[in-house]
Amino acid sequence: MSDIEIEIDDKKYSAKPDQMVIQVADAAGIYIPRFCYHKHLRVAANCRMCLVEVEKSPKTLPACATPVTPGMKIFTKSPKAIAAQKAVMEFLLINHPLDCPICDQGGECELQDLAMGFGSSHSCYEEGKRSVKDQNLGPLIATDMTRCIQCTRCVRFGEEIAGLCELGATGRGENLEIGTYVERTMQSEMSGNIIDVCPVGALTSKPFRFTARAWELDQFPSIAPHDCVGSNIFIHTRGGEVMRVVPRENETINQTWISDRDRFSYEGLTANRVAEPHIRIDGKLKSTDWQRALEFAVLKLQNSLEKKGANELAALISPNSTLEEFYLFQKLLRQLGCDNIDHRLRQIDFSDSFFPRANFSLAELEESDGILLIGSHLQMEQPLAAVRVRKAFLKGAAIAAINPVDFRFSFSLKEKNIIAPHHLVNALAGVAKSLCEMNSKSIPEFLKNSSVSETDKKIAMCLFSKKNNFILLGALAMNHPEAALIRALADFISEMTHARVIHFTEGCNATGAYLADVIPKKGMNVSQLLADPRKIYLLFNVEAEDVANPAAFTHALSQAECVISLSTFKNELLEKYADVILPVAPFSETSGTFVNVCGEWQSFKGVAKSFDESRPGWKILRVMGNLFQADGFEYESSEEVLSSLREESRLSEESRLSCQRKLASSAFKKDTGCHLSQKTLGWHDNMLSRIGEIPAYSTDAIVRRSEPLQKIQNENGLAAARLHSHTAHELKIKEEMIITIKQNQTEIKLPVKIDDRIAKQAIYIPAGIPETNSLSELFGKVEIKI
Amino acid sequence: MNLSEHTRKKIDEWLLRYPTDQKRSAVLQALHYVQEENKGWLTEELMDAVAEYLQLPRIAVYEVATFYSMYYLAPVGKHVINVCTNISCMLSGSTEIVEHLKKRLKISTNETTADGKFTLKEVECLAACAAAPVFQMGKKYYEHLTPEKIDKILDELEKKNGE
Ligand code: SF4
Ligand code: FES
Ligand code: FES
Repeated sequence: MSDIEIEIDDKKYSAKPDQMVIQVADAAGIYIPRFCYHKHLRVAANCRMCLVEVEKSPKTLPACATPVTPGMKIFTKSPKAIAAQKAVMEFLLINHPLDCPICDQGGECELQDLAMGFGSSHSCYEEGKRSVKDQNLGPLIATDMTRCIQCTRCVRFGEEIAGLCELGATGRGENLEIGTYVERTMQSEMSGNIIDVCPVGALTSKPFRFTARAWELDQFPSIAPHDCVGSNIFIHTRGGEVMRVVPRENETINQTWISDRDRFSYEGLTANRVAEPHIRIDGKLKSTDWQRALEFAVLKLQNSLEKKGANELAALISPNSTLEEFYLFQKLLRQLGCDNIDHRLRQIDFSDSFFPRANFSLAELEESDGILLIGSHLQMEQPLAAVRVRKAFLKGAAIAAINPVDFRFSFSLKEKNIIAPHHLVNALAGVAKSLCEMNSKSIPEFLKNSSVSETDKKIAMCLFSKKNNFILLGALAMNHPEAALIRALADFISEMTHARVIHFTEGCNATGAYLADVIPKKGMNVSQLLADPRKIYLLFNVEAEDVANPAAFTHALSQAECVISLSTFKNELLEKYADVILPVAPFSETSGTFVNVCGEWQSFKGVAKSFDESRPGWKILRVMGNLFQADGFEYESSEEVLSSLREESRLSEESRLSCQRKLASSAFKKDTGCHLSQKTLGWHDNMLSRIGEIPAYSTDAIVRRSEPLQKIQNENGLAAARLHSHTAHELKIKEEMIITIKQNQTEIKLPVKIDDRIAKQAIYIPAGIPETNSLSELFGKVEIKI
Repeated sequence: MNLSEHTRKKIDEWLLRYPTDQKRSAVLQALHYVQEENKGWLTEELMDAVAEYLQLPRIAVYEVATFYSMYYLAPVGKHVINVCTNISCMLSGSTEIVEHLKKRLKISTNETTADGKFTLKEVECLAACAAAPVFQMGKKYYEHLTPEKIDKILDELEKKNGE
């Protein structure tokens, strides 16, 4: 369709034929007042604030719901338009409490702003105002429903973006109210966005409430540190203290939204911090100054290395560290002769030398025709990616999932195969084989013995002969004991369906970690480093909750002779075993760079003042490098660190690409059949296998300390063993029973919850929470005792 | 909570009129059936059951049930008298009609008589302005009302009920 020309306020503009007047005006920088219109939501046209005069129209028209027509003449500031806007303003204020002085929205309220422009100091209204009872929406969102102007933005957000209709408009006319009707905590993982879309103070942030005024805050751009999407955020500070986090618009990543995890995790930033450097003297951990602590640490390390050798040193770093920290960490260690370096803390299968590809943009996901989720709880793991998949779904994409739990998604699954983790490889093989048959390709040797079920065929159909397919691998695939085979099968399927494979890595910067070579080249990986404990551990923000096998981690630390930890937060386990604890600044207090799953490098600055004695990680590592007299540690700024990493990574780019190409074939070489691999793991068809998901608010140290998020998570009773009723029946266990769960040499007691979303032959026991921390692996055989 | 076999069958029949992916269209009728079966009013559990049956978010059902005045969200009497007090009826004397009903039934609006026979409610325009003032009882409209006419209607009803 060709563009058309319209006139706004006597100036000509060109517009697309399907645009509304307000869109053209917005693009041209002409402000039309509005409440209900939001560029990412459906047009509701119920507030009427956007009335404008249109030539030849007897009445003013709502700009948000009036499509442009050729030659249209619009007046946004004519006396007629202004009179209409003022009248609407007066009408909206009839029932408004005008309580700005005690309203948290004051100073950043669209109603307040527009009342300044269009309100009058008098009102014709003398009758009583209505008042509306407040809602309890849970620990994140505070309500003052009397202030609501019923624009329905919050309702539309739920329906359209979150895909979870929790709020609605009940009653009518004078009695219309926005709410849940029955008191409920909002369950959406991105519920906080309704705080932003609400143009008034009806919905405000509960944790932030009454702690600061908008005009006292400084605003700094930053990057959300919890998932590999890398949502853009603003951090609001007052006097150097983080007061809240809000979204920063980035159309290609998070648009105008962020997840609740990204929004409310800041509450954990100052909780429970390590305030000063600590060293262990005569068996007691004591606080000291930086100079002494660093010298002590370096000396201790040096001595231990001399005694034990570099191969006894294990270096583990959180996948949430910055690119600069990653780079210096491995640089230091490699100069010390140590290659036992890893960030893949929750993974256990490294047999395919996986490397992330980052060959897509999130917006592309929206345009896909077929999507296959493998071991992915996308909704909670990467909520902003789920927003895109939902859009694809609304446009008609066929979405299938092969998952151990029938997770809730904001989109419907056309097909699903809910299977225990130990059947995952076979299920994928079934899909792969079925696609071979559909494409009349010869069946490769490794699929010869695989059986194809009806479900496998239906799942294959979701991708078959589509143009734009995606295969998404989530944490339950990436952390799986057979992850390499799963990735190889995903690649095999992708070749036959022209799908792109996205590996959703854990943490916010795993891609960065790979780029910075924070993986062993010839040394031991994290799994080996814990299974075959070393004598020296250098940890960078690693807690037991962060690793695949917390029991092994605890044991490893307990037997080590030297443990040095750079930690942001206090941690009992480390206090017990560490010889040195150095307080390192979280993302809000340091400059750094995160690389997201799409390969975008996003740098940010430190915005908050450092907590007590804590220092940016890159500075600590630099000084350690200096003390070790290592080469190339003369950096003055984090930017310098970054540019030297850029240099190096460009050099190795070539070798990496060729390594990626070899991926698909190499994984199959070890075992010719998919069944075979399970034998080596000691698995059999009828075992009970663990589904060790990391709940969304337990993924990293910061969220684990955010009180409001923990409150929500605990409301749902996570510390339980969940089973399908069928499995429970077979095992003769009932709801609420306390059972003993044995996994390898570890055991714990948990109450039973019957939950038919769980696959048969499987038991869902979340990890990353204190109650299950003494168990071993996230996956694998589990025995239960009643 | 599950819907009764009987109600489910009736809803299923109604669903045949709509495309299979637009079950939402049947929500009004489904609520009527459910209300009828539950002594004339809707409980939260029943609304939830309707939502589940029609695969709708619960709030979507609450929205409908609270919007229309013919759904009752609290117990009601055997006969619900819905008096129109909107503009045409008001101009034609609905205030007097309401007053008369209150006196005769010895209840106020939104209340039910002690014997559980009558509930009195005020509603907006019943779309019968030409015959104002009007009230609706059950499925029937009673038009051009006067206090005398109301007495006659109620007398007759009581007689019938007495039998
Ligand atoms: S609560 Fe806010 S966003 Fe929701 S309808 Fe009311 S004014 Fe609009
Ligand atoms: S913004 Fe146009 S009617 Fe509300
Ligand atoms: S005003 Fe009473 S029927 Fe219309």
